[in-house]
Amino acid sequence: MSRKGVNVKIDELKTDVGLIKNLELSFGKLVEDKWAEPMGPTPFPSLTTLREWDMKLLQRYKPFYMPYCDVCCLCTFGKCDLTGNKRGACGINMAAQQSRIVLLACCIGTATHIGHARHMTEHLIEKFGRRTPLDVGGLNIKAEAPVTRLVCGVKPETLGDLEEVLDYAETQLTHLLSVVHTGQEGSNIDFESKVFHAGMIDHIGLEVADIAQIASYGFPKADPEAPLVDLGYGTVNIEKPVILCIGHNVVPSVGIIDYMKDNGFDGDIEVCGLCCTAHDITRYYKRGKIIGPISWQLRFIRSGVPDVVILDEQCVRADSLYEAQKIKAPVIVASEKNCMGLPNRTNDPADLIVEDLVNGKAPGALILDSEKVGEVAVKVALKVTPLRKKFKTIPEVDEILRMAKECRQCSDCRRACPQDLHIPEAMKAAAHGTLTTLAELYESCVGCGRCEQACPVGVPIHSYIVKAGEKKLKEETYKVRAGRGAIQDVEIRNVGSPIVLGEIPGVVAVVGCSNYPRGGAEVAEICTEFANRRFIVVTSGCSAMSAAMYKNEEGKTPYEYFTGEFTSGCMVNVGSCVANSHIAGAAIKIANIFAKRNLRANYEEIADYIFNRVGAVGLAWGAYSQKAAAIASGFWRLGVPVIVGPHGIKYRRMLLGRADRKEDWYVYDARTGEKVYVGPAPEHLFYTAETKEEAMVMIAKLCMRPNDTFRGRSIKLTHYIDLHKRLYGIMPEDIPLFVRTLADIPVTMKDEIVKIIEEKGWKETVIPDPTLLPRMIRKRKE
Amino acid sequence: MTAAEPWQIAEIPGPKKALVVTKPGVVAAMIKRAKHPILIVGHVAVETDLGDKKLVDYIIEFAKKANVPVVATAHIIGEFLKRGYEPAGFMPAVDIGNRLVDSDWMGIDSKGPHDLALFIGLPYYMEWTILSGLKHFAPNLKTITLDNVYHPHASWSFANISMEDWMENLKVMMEKFEEGGT
Ligand code: SF4
Ligand code: SF4
Ligand code: SF4
Repeated sequence: MSRKGVNVKIDELKTDVGLIKNLELSFGKLVEDKWAEPMGPTPFPSLTTLREWDMKLLQRYKPFYMPYCDVCCLCTFGKCDLTGNKRGACGINMAAQQSRIVLLACCIGTATHIGHARHMTEHLIEKFGRRTPLDVGGLNIKAEAPVTRLVCGVKPETLGDLEEVLDYAETQLTHLLSVVHTGQEGSNIDFESKVFHAGMIDHIGLEVADIAQIASYGFPKADPEAPLVDLGYGTVNIEKPVILCIGHNVVPSVGIIDYMKDNGFDGDIEVCGLCCTAHDITRYYKRGKIIGPISWQLRFIRSGVPDVVILDEQCVRADSLYEAQKIKAPVIVASEKNCMGLPNRTNDPADLIVEDLVNGKAPGALILDSEKVGEVAVKVALKVTPLRKKFKTIPEVDEILRMAKECRQCSDCRRACPQDLHIPEAMKAAAHGTLTTLAELYESCVGCGRCEQACPVGVPIHSYIVKAGEKKLKEETYKVRAGRGAIQDVEIRNVGSPIVLGEIPGVVAVVGCSNYPRGGAEVAEICTEFANRRFIVVTSGCSAMSAAMYKNEEGKTPYEYFTGEFTSGCMVNVGSCVANSHIAGAAIKIANIFAKRNLRANYEEIADYIFNRVGAVGLAWGAYSQKAAAIASGFWRLGVPVIVGPHGIKYRRMLLGRADRKEDWYVYDARTGEKVYVGPAPEHLFYTAETKEEAMVMIAKLCMRPNDTFRGRSIKLTHYIDLHKRLYGIMPEDIPLFVRTLADIPVTMKDEIVKIIEEKGWKETVIPDPTLLPRMIRKRKE
Repeated sequence: MTAAEPWQIAEIPGPKKALVVTKPGVVAAMIKRAKHPILIVGHVAVETDLGDKKLVDYIIEFAKKANVPVVATAHIIGEFLKRGYEPAGFMPAVDIGNRLVDSDWMGIDSKGPHDLALFIGLPYYMEWTILSGLKHFAPNLKTITLDNVYHPHASWSFANISMEDWMENLKVMMEKFEEGGT
């Protein structure tokens, strides 16, 4: 297939929208298809194509930098001291340096997703053929790849078509990464625009990876009733051999499941996963089990339950081989990206590898062939399980009580603990014979192991906490709905109007990693609160798991008592991290399917639509990774605000609006061309909340959009005010900013609010047909 | 514990580090001298026990005696009101940080830009990063942390001290305010 010419046309396209028709021909195979929709203005955008759109957002949401370090050490000109916005030897100042680091983080995240997508696509093409159709939801889904269609202006139909899309993404990523080189970009705002570009490219990577695997592996296809699957330590039958897969790339896990099924071992072995691989295992195999988020890695390995550990890629602890060795569990590494220093045994006969792993001659093996991984893993599991007898490194209670007496109360553990857990006090209590104080730390412990590294007497503190919390760990038996993938067109049609009019108070996407400030229960609580309030609640990744780790009085998890349909009051798990593309896709499809805006290469218009009309907000309560940064930036460019938990402040820059600066909050009324004040809606684009209470109030607030009807705004205000009163114990002070006309005021609070806004000198405004794009104005002012 | 080590061991800042305050009276004097100070209080203040009271109880007394306007971050405004004290404002921690780097901002009470920001009761890493933002981008602002842990990004900070010493320090400062003068 020809993959030439994708970039050649870009400049020409940028300069004259009218020329596009002539240029279409030169796009090659993908554009020769029968997609009737005319090509939009920005196919295959380059680094600067959407710069003006970015500047509009960045004008409102200015970066607030909080450097993590005063110096720059990126080249041998340095180290340079950039304190106080000083310039380094290359001339860069602190603001630009910070945005450069943000761009670097986003490039890392984007590279990880694109690399994942490339590996997945190549593997699936090899296995299933390049003509495999991209069926992600049968007749229920018309736009199989909304992000790709929007950004690239092409309509991929088969696995093979995805290669061209990835070519584009990889080219952009190379340019973006080159921007962080010494002596390239000098402006922080231009760095920020490139951060947005990286995020948009990242979303392409997400989408390609997920639609390729959905179409090829037969994952649930946009299925609101995707099966309820097991989650939690307690769901694993420890009488059986247990294979644990850690990471994000499900290909080796599929090899294991296929081998098991083909050779009659299905049901004899437990296959379980940690992190996103776990999601994708259960999308492929209903009997697969999710242990939990990434933070369960140490506790689960140390429990001795896994008999074989498979490591693929991303979010895998670098010490997992070492930890697995300690419990005598052989390790198979299955990704070129994560070889762990093990010899490459890909070309060795499977039985020879099995023998070496079972008799302990080798602690692990690198196997870059998923079918061989399957065979070796299953055979090793069957043989090694009776030998290792679930050997564990979590100590017994008497050992803890004894070792606790060795504690010097130096506090080094607490000072290393990201959660500032009061470990010394708990050790003191243990030395006096009680483990309850240690057990209390279990919920908040993110399993990082930093405390152990710090302890001068070598106390395995995390293991102690896990032992003390063992009862909780063993009772972890939950249900989560397997990742359903995309949202159906009919679901979009049903909710499009109430979302855009504001009658569904918002879409909350609870996504990302598990570096929570106080454990995952907060995630479950937030999801439940908003689903009960009839918001659309969507989850993915580790957050989707944490949301399941909570039961109501009837013993049901949120996935059991809220619907899996994308509708008011739902709890929808789209799947692993790469499935976040379906959340972006849903927002895009609201503009396209419901509002009938052209999708094809029409990024600005669609983003402008989402930004002004679709009351969606992302919450990444435990975001830690560079991938999470990239995913978030893709949402920013689309006009969707993102809230992170307190640890997210370490991303070192926020994009904050200034509600107190009236001049920042004007939009065009597309009907008249007038500039209209619409209030700070949404107030921020990227923001850290300190507590879950703050996050909940902010979620409700960030769902307001200029386009809300009276009824919609009054519903949104009701939730905002109600949560504020309950969680802050006071009325919000900024109500006047969100009341455009008296009809916006919730009826039940009318008198109270009218009094408040009148005291503050409130003035009525109009509800415009909002846009930031002058070209969307239908009638020019005379 | 060494005097001026960051509380969280890995939080190494760079060349410019907070001066360590050993005498609380010095802080009281700086607050008195400031033209327009502001006190930012994070949610940890309502969770921390100090003797038989909460930290927030001390802070309220402190703010009254020092006559410093208070901004409550996170969701804790209600805790102040419950205690009969009305802060000058409440807003997210990153919002107050972001306003403080704007030299045109007229302050929480609209009385003009602040020249001194006091911090207490934010999670260590949040306060650390916000203080860093101010150190680099708010050249006209001095910062002091009143926490019992060393914050290298502040202009002045106490070292890592015990709860008892902390309580004592707060009391000494309050006495200094009562004494009057500068
Ligand atoms: S990249 Fe610039 S600021 Fe960084 S070390 Fe090199 S010269 Fe210094
Ligand atoms: S493993 Fe748990 S207790 Fe130890 S440092 Fe990490 S979060 Fe703190
Ligand atoms: S680091 Fe070790 S010795 Fe020091 S307080 Fe913690 S557990 Fe005790």
